Amino acid sequence: MHIFILKRIGLAILVALFVSFLSFLMLRAAGDPAIAIAGEGASEADIEYIRIRFGFDRPLIVQYGEWLAGALQGNFGTSTYFSTPVHELIAERLPVTLRLGAMSLLFAILLAMPLGILAAVHPNSIIDRLALFLSVLGQALPNFWFALVLIVILAVWWPLLPPSGNSTWQHFIMPTIVLGYYATPAIMRLTRSGMLEVLGSDYIRTARAKGLHPVQVLVKHAMRNAVLPVVSHSTVQFGYMLGGSVIIESIYALHGIGQLAWESISRADLPTVQAIILILSLIYVGLNLAGDLINAWLDPRIRVT
Amino acid sequence: MRSLALSLVMAIGLTGTAGHAGPDDNSLNIAWSGELATLDRYYNVLREGIIVGRLIWDALLFKNPDTLEFEPLLAESYSFVDSTTMDFELRQGVTFHNGEAFDADDVVYTLNRMADPENGVLTQRNVNWIDRAEKRGPYSVRLHMKRPTPIALEFLAGPLLIYPNEYYEEVGPDGMGQAPVGTGPYKVTAFAPGESITFERNENYFAGSPKGKPSIDVIRQRTVPDNNTQIAELLAGTVDWIWKVPADQAAALAGRPGISVVNEQTMRIGYLSFDSSNRTGNSSPVNDVRVRQAIAHAIDRQAIVTALVGGSSEVVHSACHPAQFGCEQDVATYDYDPDRARELLAEAGYPDGFTIDFHAYRNRPYAEAIMGYLDAVGIKTNLVYLKYAALRDQVYAGEIDFNFMTWGSYSFHDVSAIASHFFKATKDDYAGDEGLIADLTIGDNSVDRDERLAAYSRALKAIADNAYWVPLFSYNVNYAFSDQLEFVPNPDEVPRFYSTRWK
Repeated sequence: MHIFILKRIGLAILVALFVSFLSFLMLRAAGDPAIAIAGEGASEADIEYIRIRFGFDRPLIVQYGEWLAGALQGNFGTSTYFSTPVHELIAERLPVTLRLGAMSLLFAILLAMPLGILAAVHPNSIIDRLALFLSVLGQALPNFWFALVLIVILAVWWPLLPPSGNSTWQHFIMPTIVLGYYATPAIMRLTRSGMLEVLGSDYIRTARAKGLHPVQVLVKHAMRNAVLPVVSHSTVQFGYMLGGSVIIESIYALHGIGQLAWESISRADLPTVQAIILILSLIYVGLNLAGDLINAWLDPRIRVT
Repeated sequence: MRSLALSLVMAIGLTGTAGHAGPDDNSLNIAWSGELATLDRYYNVLREGIIVGRLIWDALLFKNPDTLEFEPLLAESYSFVDSTTMDFELRQGVTFHNGEAFDADDVVYTLNRMADPENGVLTQRNVNWIDRAEKRGPYSVRLHMKRPTPIALEFLAGPLLIYPNEYYEEVGPDGMGQAPVGTGPYKVTAFAPGESITFERNENYFAGSPKGKPSIDVIRQRTVPDNNTQIAELLAGTVDWIWKVPADQAAALAGRPGISVVNEQTMRIGYLSFDSSNRTGNSSPVNDVRVRQAIAHAIDRQAIVTALVGGSSEVVHSACHPAQFGCEQDVATYDYDPDRARELLAEAGYPDGFTIDFHAYRNRPYAEAIMGYLDAVGIKTNLVYLKYAALRDQVYAGEIDFNFMTWGSYSFHDVSAIASHFFKATKDDYAGDEGLIADLTIGDNSVDRDERLAAYSRALKAIADNAYWVPLFSYNVNYAFSDQLEFVPNPDEVPRFYSTRWK
């Protein structure tokens, strides 16, 4: 088991390193950062000045090595746009994204699991179809469209919620619904199939035969086992949400890390983009690792492969 | 697709709009997409930075947006001693937001500090003409220039905002960027970089400023990246003013009760640029003047303006914006005439046309319309659509034969900000025309108004005759705001919130 864990962790670190190196190269290939920083109206002298000041005139491998050495010590450099240390920027913006991700995941689970259980208890019934329809709709709606429609309905027609911003918890309601609804189908399907499998098994029949209350059978006996794949899937889903919240953050003016990454790319704020990619890939790799380990713990067969 | 979504939703019977709260407490809520990292005007390059800078600070001079004349602002009067020396008498009794008194020390300190390349002001061309400023009395300053600078007044009325010397010496650009102190009509009371700014009216703003007495008590700015969200905020009444609304959305908004939509020109023009001097070494067909003229004749620019650009945009014929000083309008024009284009192509030895790479970085629909017109006369184009930084890189490296780009002249009302930028042996110069360079040099360095006009006239005629550029059209901006708001946009794309008021 220890060797398995070490191997997995080693692999995860390699993946994160590879991602950071690849993104470093690709960002540099996309255009001259000095021109982007100087703005659309800058003269050649302005651009040359910025190029030297930020060290873009040195060989790529030197720039990457220097960045990596700093990053390993927790120093991600200074944002070329905000002129503040990148780690401060991220400390300021990451909580917004984490909060949105956590709320969305919670929303998705709270919506999808009851739907999945209901569907499993009444397979192929009208309830099953309805649950399927509701959850698939979540995946079929383009999320930017859904986001705008929600704004128009809940902020313009009936001004119940603020249209955009992040200053109060009310500001998070609409983005949570949009982001969470998108994750609903997968969780719903997993719950449904897990429940169906478990409900057909012998020990459930035994529990029923003992004359236990149906709700008790469902919650105490069946769900415990059916929910395990959902848990490991949700860890991965959380990673998707952190990466996939860019559009939602932009539409709702949330000023989280996703929007920061997006804006930083267009203004060639390379230190910021680099740091965000590294942190997001570390989180993602970490969540995957956690999923792997949970699975290995649950199923000894995985450990030996 | 996204704009379609919102238009549809807007069209589905949205009756009446929520009232705007602004007039009740005399506050103004504005939203834009720009993210200001710092408010220090010398260390940000965003247009929003210009807008904010003019609220917080004053310059020595003021350019009247209606007459385009220069008026004294922090200076009481100014005069040219010779072509490279200016004297300023300063206004007395003015104080900065923190109580520091304004005097010659502030002016001398600001100009000298910003002109020093060591201090890394981002837009060096705003300051690199300054030799030094010299104090001649408590309210008297002499400015020495490195060379005759006819557009010195533009700089002195625009980006060269005067900072308080004691405060800036203490806090530097970082401190000023987060907690700015100026003499201007508004002071900043809260700033979250990239997210929001709150301004309060400066009750002590000096009487007699050409900016006038500010009316609105509190201005709250929020950064809302998405255009559609901005519109929703405006419709919900949570925001009173937005700008840069796309043409189709502006049309839909214009019909809504309680909302005013105003379209205003900008200083930006679109143009086609050619490698006229075979700088790339590709021996491209566009090396031939007849081919360039054929391209000019092939494109129906008026149709593009009418169908796509919209608003108050106009076709331009000279390589500058018509509102700019020295923008000669009496130049060779090329009307839409595809037959003439085919003739010219045949004369140049391309009776069956040719294939060429066509580079662009914005307004893809405009680029595609141009490609359609060129196709009709036999010129096949491969569109290479790049990010601005990437395309600019290649232009500078001398690798581009044919492109569609735009230029906003930093909103400077002077031809030197565009023609000299592109044709005076700069990295942008693909014409390499010695006579043209000589004329532009005369125009840029003379302080004689008539001599400048004559030199630029010759230059712009040469550009048009040789079709070094095909100027296309001017750009425009849509502003949308509460119809109770008294707001007048200007073609320089710098909204003046200090003179905005509720009706």
